[in-house]
Amino acid sequence: MNFALTEEQKKIQEKARAFAERELASGAQERDLSEEFPMYLIKKLGEEGLIGLQFPKEYGGQGKDYLSFILVVEELSKVDSAFGIAYAISSTFTTGIYLFGNDAQKKHCMPRLFRGDALGCFALTEPDAGSDAGSAKTTAVREGDHYIINGTKCFITNSAVADYCMLIVNTDLSKGSKGLTAFLVDLKTTPGVRIGHIENKCGIKSAKVAEVIFENAVIPADRMLGQEGKGFRYALTALDAGRLGVAAQGLGLAQAAFDITKEYMKQRKQFGKPICANQYPAFKMADLETEIDMARLLLYKGVWKQQEGMNFSVDASKAKLACTNVAMKVTTECIQNMGGAGYMREQNVERMFRDAKITQIYEGTNEIQRLIISGNIFK
Amino acid sequence: MDFSLTKKQEMLKKLSEQFAVNELEPVAAEVDESHTFPEENFKKMAELGFTGIGVSRQYGGSEGGTLEKVIAVSEFAKVCMSSAAILSIHLIAPQAISRYGTEEQKKKYLPRLTRGGELGAFALTEPDAGSDAGSARTTAIFDRETNEYVLNGTKCFISGGSRAGVVIVFALTDPSKGTRGMSAIIVEKGTPGFTVGKVENKMGLGGSETAELIFEDCRVPAANFLGKEGQGFKIAMQALDGARIGVGAQAMGVAEAAVDLSVKYANERVQFGKPIAALQGIQWYIADMATKTEAAKALVYHAAYLADSGQPFTKMAAMCKLNASENARFVTNLALQIHGGYGYMKEYPLERMYRDAKITEIYEGTSEIHKVVIAREVMR
Repeated sequence: MNFALTEEQKKIQEKARAFAERELASGAQERDLSEEFPMYLIKKLGEEGLIGLQFPKEYGGQGKDYLSFILVVEELSKVDSAFGIAYAISSTFTTGIYLFGNDAQKKHCMPRLFRGDALGCFALTEPDAGSDAGSAKTTAVREGDHYIINGTKCFITNSAVADYCMLIVNTDLSKGSKGLTAFLVDLKTTPGVRIGHIENKCGIKSAKVAEVIFENAVIPADRMLGQEGKGFRYALTALDAGRLGVAAQGLGLAQAAFDITKEYMKQRKQFGKPICANQYPAFKMADLETEIDMARLLLYKGVWKQQEGMNFSVDASKAKLACTNVAMKVTTECIQNMGGAGYMREQNVERMFRDAKITQIYEGTNEIQRLIISGNIFK
Repeated sequence: MDFSLTKKQEMLKKLSEQFAVNELEPVAAEVDESHTFPEENFKKMAELGFTGIGVSRQYGGSEGGTLEKVIAVSEFAKVCMSSAAILSIHLIAPQAISRYGTEEQKKKYLPRLTRGGELGAFALTEPDAGSDAGSARTTAIFDRETNEYVLNGTKCFISGGSRAGVVIVFALTDPSKGTRGMSAIIVEKGTPGFTVGKVENKMGLGGSETAELIFEDCRVPAANFLGKEGQGFKIAMQALDGARIGVGAQAMGVAEAAVDLSVKYANERVQFGKPIAALQGIQWYIADMATKTEAAKALVYHAAYLADSGQPFTKMAAMCKLNASENARFVTNLALQIHGGYGYMKEYPLERMYRDAKITEIYEGTSEIHKVVIAREVMR
């Protein structure tokens, strides 16, 4: 066993931290109000060489390990978790394409994504198919060299600004989830595809979550990923990796809220002494740091199994459950430890609290994670 | 024992509910998003007598006591926490004047604060005196020549402070005595030297403005002195005891609404071929939410009963506020979770309720301060 990061991982972590502090920190509050996604910062992130770290060089990546990517999500999310999740979701898309796409499909999008010139998204959820994703009803019907797609996907993170989409649709409704098939779709140029309602959310405001509407959309047959009818399995595999990304977002939120509150408690004096000199809130911080450390270890273990090629599906669910619950708990308790100041926008912790809530919901609600974990216990 | 409401209270509950559903709910989301004080609705609250709860009829009030406040505030909180907070916090000023004011002060201010539709505020907190309210530094020095008090200092996080017509300000009339040198003074909007500073940008409760109040050589006639010299901290603490039951009522109302919305949604939302209400994971969430909310409600009512029957209620007010506010956060969090992605979006009220619920653990004394109060009361 070895709990240390390698020199290379440390360098990546430091680079991501420096980027977040230099490029993200000053505008994070403003973007939370304006709800504008900073595509130019994705470009800068690409120029720094921080996109596509975990993918091979032949597609424009850097051939690093998955933990390097996770460390970047964590650092970005500490400062602006809406940006962190946009980055992570784009990578979930790329994971799907990388694992299940052919060479042409990979070359079509990966180099552009890694340069920071484009963003990806992942479209599975529908209005009536949330946790029950297998019941997705958007259809794809083959006509010659094309598929004609009809239906609506909702709550799709990045979709309003993304160029590429890993789309899960049904090519044979009679087969249920076994009729689901995955496609690589160029969102901005495909006829019949448009962005519908852009959601007005509690948090992660600058991440663009929207409806994607397909009305007789025409997609070339060679954009099908892998085999017909395997889409649900591909989606779940991409989601396993994606969950580690959301876990890292949650972990970043928890750590950042903790760090801000720690400083506040050292400086804020009431009753003639700093707040941290009170045993009750100090003990609460002890509990929170312990829980953050536990969640981090669980996440890194899941990442390690992924890198070793082991089955990490249940570990990803546990990491997602633990890290996002810790994000919610830590941001809640940190607002409390900061009192009225914590409730105000200036201190950033209230934004982290709002952002944290969605981590318990997307990429599979935490109830779905419990379903996966308990299913594995009692299989 | 008797857990039922009187006929009159039942009628008040019905009136509160109707007013909440017809007037408050339709604008609740907009009031929050645009950070706009619901001017029109506050006027209507005054016309219907809500702003005069706990004040004698002879001064324009609607009579009633703490339980009546709990009924109105909790019904408002079910649909609009900003409005519930506005009413709950407003009532502190007329009730304090009723209790400590001179006949002249009552005649002058109470009709304005009740039927008159003027908002009241309560200014105790300062930048360096939050939980440690006793260390407030604002001064009110008596000027014999003019028979006025001269106020200097800054109050912060004052709910309604930016538009209140009448503010009860706590200031040191004898700075050498600490909290025993603190007094309460009625300050009217527009008094020279009294200005509104920063208006806070908060996570929730957008419709209830929270502001900084600045006093710079602000001269107030001696006639505005409330209660006795040096009695200010006691007046503040007593007012806060009542106010805490008001926060308990806000928290209880928002939790009740969150339970109801969750039940409705769970019955409607179909996943895996059946309503999610059929899943045990969801059922037991709701069982916990409903049980804890009933318990919170019982404690709030108990505190109101003690207050209205003239018994000591400091401990119970603190307990009900601590418990109901923690429960409000717990229940709104789970309610949002049950609603899944929809709960996170502004089309549904859940995310607003969740943001609003969090402040109940902080204002009118944080949970931590309530534990200090409770421990002191229980362990003496």
